[in-house]
Amino acid sequence: MGYQAAVPELYVSGAALGALAVAAAVATLVRGPALAFVYPLSALAAFALGAVDLHALLGGGEWVARLPIGLPGVGLHLRLDALSAFFGIVINGGVLAASVYGMGLDRAKELTPRVEPLFPLFAAAMNLVLIADDAYAFLFSWELMSLASWALVVARHTDPESRRAGYLYLIMAAIGTSALLFAFGGLAGPAGGYGFDTIRAHPPGPLVAALVLAAGLVGCGSKGGLIPLHAWLPLAHPAAPSHVSALMSGVMTKVAIYGFVRIAFDLLGPPAWWWALPPIVLGAVTAVLGLLYAVFDRDLKRVLAYSTIENVGVIFVALGLALAFRANGQEAAAAVAMAAALLHVLNHSWFKSLLFLGAGAVLHATGRRDLEGLGGLIHRMPRTAAFFLVGALAISALPPLNGFVSEWLLFQAVIAAPALPQAALHFASPAIGAMLALAAALAAACFVRVYGIAFLGRPRSVEAARAHEVPMAQQIAMGGLALLCIAGGLFGSVLAAMIAPVLRDLVDSVLPNSGSGPTAFSLIAFDPERSIYDAPVIAFFVAIASLTTLLVVHRLSARRTRLGPAWDCGFPDPSPATQYTASSFAQPLRRVYGAVVFAARETVVMPAPGDARPAQFSVVLVDYAWRVLYAAPSRAVLRLSERLNALQFLSIRRYLVLMFAALVILLSIAVVAI
Amino acid sequence: MNHAYEISHLLAGVMLVTSFALLYQQRVAAVLNTFAAQSIALALAVAWAAWSQGRPDLFITALIALTLKGIVIPVALHRTVARLGIHREVEKVVGVGVALMVGLALTGLAQALLFKVTHGTASHAREELALALAIILLGFLMMIVRRNAVTQIVGFMSMENGLILAATGARGMPLVVEVSVAFSVLIALFVFAVFVFRIRERFDTIDIEALDRMRGDRR
Repeated sequence: MGYQAAVPELYVSGAALGALAVAAAVATLVRGPALAFVYPLSALAAFALGAVDLHALLGGGEWVARLPIGLPGVGLHLRLDALSAFFGIVINGGVLAASVYGMGLDRAKELTPRVEPLFPLFAAAMNLVLIADDAYAFLFSWELMSLASWALVVARHTDPESRRAGYLYLIMAAIGTSALLFAFGGLAGPAGGYGFDTIRAHPPGPLVAALVLAAGLVGCGSKGGLIPLHAWLPLAHPAAPSHVSALMSGVMTKVAIYGFVRIAFDLLGPPAWWWALPPIVLGAVTAVLGLLYAVFDRDLKRVLAYSTIENVGVIFVALGLALAFRANGQEAAAAVAMAAALLHVLNHSWFKSLLFLGAGAVLHATGRRDLEGLGGLIHRMPRTAAFFLVGALAISALPPLNGFVSEWLLFQAVIAAPALPQAALHFASPAIGAMLALAAALAAACFVRVYGIAFLGRPRSVEAARAHEVPMAQQIAMGGLALLCIAGGLFGSVLAAMIAPVLRDLVDSVLPNSGSGPTAFSLIAFDPERSIYDAPVIAFFVAIASLTTLLVVHRLSARRTRLGPAWDCGFPDPSPATQYTASSFAQPLRRVYGAVVFAARETVVMPAPGDARPAQFSVVLVDYAWRVLYAAPSRAVLRLSERLNALQFLSIRRYLVLMFAALVILLSIAVVAI
Repeated sequence: MNHAYEISHLLAGVMLVTSFALLYQQRVAAVLNTFAAQSIALALAVAWAAWSQGRPDLFITALIALTLKGIVIPVALHRTVARLGIHREVEKVVGVGVALMVGLALTGLAQALLFKVTHGTASHAREELALALAIILLGFLMMIVRRNAVTQIVGFMSMENGLILAATGARGMPLVVEVSVAFSVLIALFVFAVFVFRIRERFDTIDIEALDRMRGDRR
């Protein structure tokens, strides 16, 4: 700790950030061939930044710097501690994968000056948010990140849907940033100390802390897609080019979570127990609703975006539990919940980036995003299909992949929650557990549907039938992430040991009994008797069971030739319309949940006998969150502004009357108040 | 020494009375004459302040007030009115009674506010400032309750008279400021005059409601 400016790590970080800025500038000015160099440069910069972050996390170093730019007299405070370093690894991993994917883009057709100059800017802004150590630097880089991502969302501005997404995103980003402005205003207090070290030294009083927490939840929740602030996310994330979608969904939502962790665990001082309730309740609702949206949607990228909302909800539940445990002095349980949150941040960044890159590959190969037009891609894009399968299994939290590790830790924390003394948390915890379990099951259903409809079966469109494998760079990007998903699952205990410095900083504890299991790779939540997850052993048995099943099925099925009905030729009906569709696969879930949550109505129009028209089946879903929380306020604002518009067309005398009335009222207030 | 303040209060009081008189004048010419009287009272008040406070620079301010606002502007406006041929009654938005009642309330408000704000300072400056604020508010009120463009000009300059009175009462502004204020008022007068002629050319009236009718607004 202390003022250490002359360390090589800082130079490396600075040079990498500078390289990103130069890449952005050169791509803007030179265009043409310079656009293609953005991605290799970004990959190098992300690698350097990630290496510095990893070094800081493992070495336990903490670097502080103060640059004489920014506000006069304040300067720019930067600080890289364990928390920043951990999130830096998450972000730069995502940036690296997206950059490698970008190297495979077609130079002639797919690079545009609307996307490539902004990509490094977006990456640099996210890195800056993490190392900002005063409120001004934080908000500046946060806004830079928002604007860069907004510009990427409207890159295809000719598409009206893209424009609508960009508009909604801009409004929500403005609301979020202004909420954060209030949060930091409350943190700085009347003295106005905007440096994080000053804020840390003077935590606000309980009332101000509650307001700051609410504002922080709105600011960070709107960026992360917490329901009810989610509406922009499923529109904006898919509207960007796919590798940017991967960054936005896999990485930018993590910056939002970083903001919340920084405010709630670091700057606000010791927590009160009820701080835990809003993140837990909102998170649980977000987790379930996010996946219900995902299950019913037909757009591949939008399904992934909705699933991001679900994962952000899961992470917020874990953060809320960590707050509750910490407020009650149960450090060990707080460490488990926090570890679950952090590992899920890491894991989600890997598998969501992988899935979005996979969706990008599908889009590249077929030009289609709607599930109803895909199918049978496993034959035409075998490698993409394999990588996507790993991502789908990981996000469905199946062992031995990485999604299971964090979900398992989270459920350990939920199971420990009834030990909390407060009645509200005590009784909420079973309900939260049930909702998380429902979300996990829905996630599995959702990704069975996505994978089955997109990659299995027969192609539902000409484009899907003519699909081809994507370039090598894109396969490498997806393959690398798939490897990380597998490795993260097998060696979850190693990752848990790596984040120990972060846990120590945030909740004053590490995972108890870690490392005391039978093997080095056993992950232990509380004690080795009851809560232990030994991934390599599980993986071994899963592998044995799968291989045995495969062998037995193969042997039994190949033993003798079967005879079928002659007119069927042993094949089912060759028309792809006889397969399950995305909508029909979701129908059972729609019948169970959709009727209540979305007021789903199904109608069948059956033409009379002799009528040549095809029968029609249509489903109507109502998005209550949109109707109540977005459409109604925006109508109210429009109506109000229409009323106020009359004020633009008054006569001079009426304006004078208004001014005079305002003056007299203010003077009267002064008379009464002084 | 005490009667120095009494005389300055007397002159400020005369200005306030002329402000009330402005509110109930019926004819344009009478409005202009009342305004000239107010400006002359202002010039006297400033001159008295210059003599009693021993600040000769204020004599220049008094001279400016007397020549510009006491003579030049009223004469110019008289000519304008004569050329436009509008010696008729001034159209009012509210009745004289209501306007006077509101004016009375505003004077009370000005007194209450100034007495609260300047609590603890010398009493003579407080009363002078309160009178000045009342004159400013009444000038504003006059701009609102009259529909005629000429009377709006007069209301505006009556406000300016109140400002200068406040400035001399409160130990005075630098002369430069006053000169610039006077010039800004002069420029405002020109702008208003141009507007009045344009309105007159186009609509054959200087009733500003004609502008609203031209725009198709409801009244």
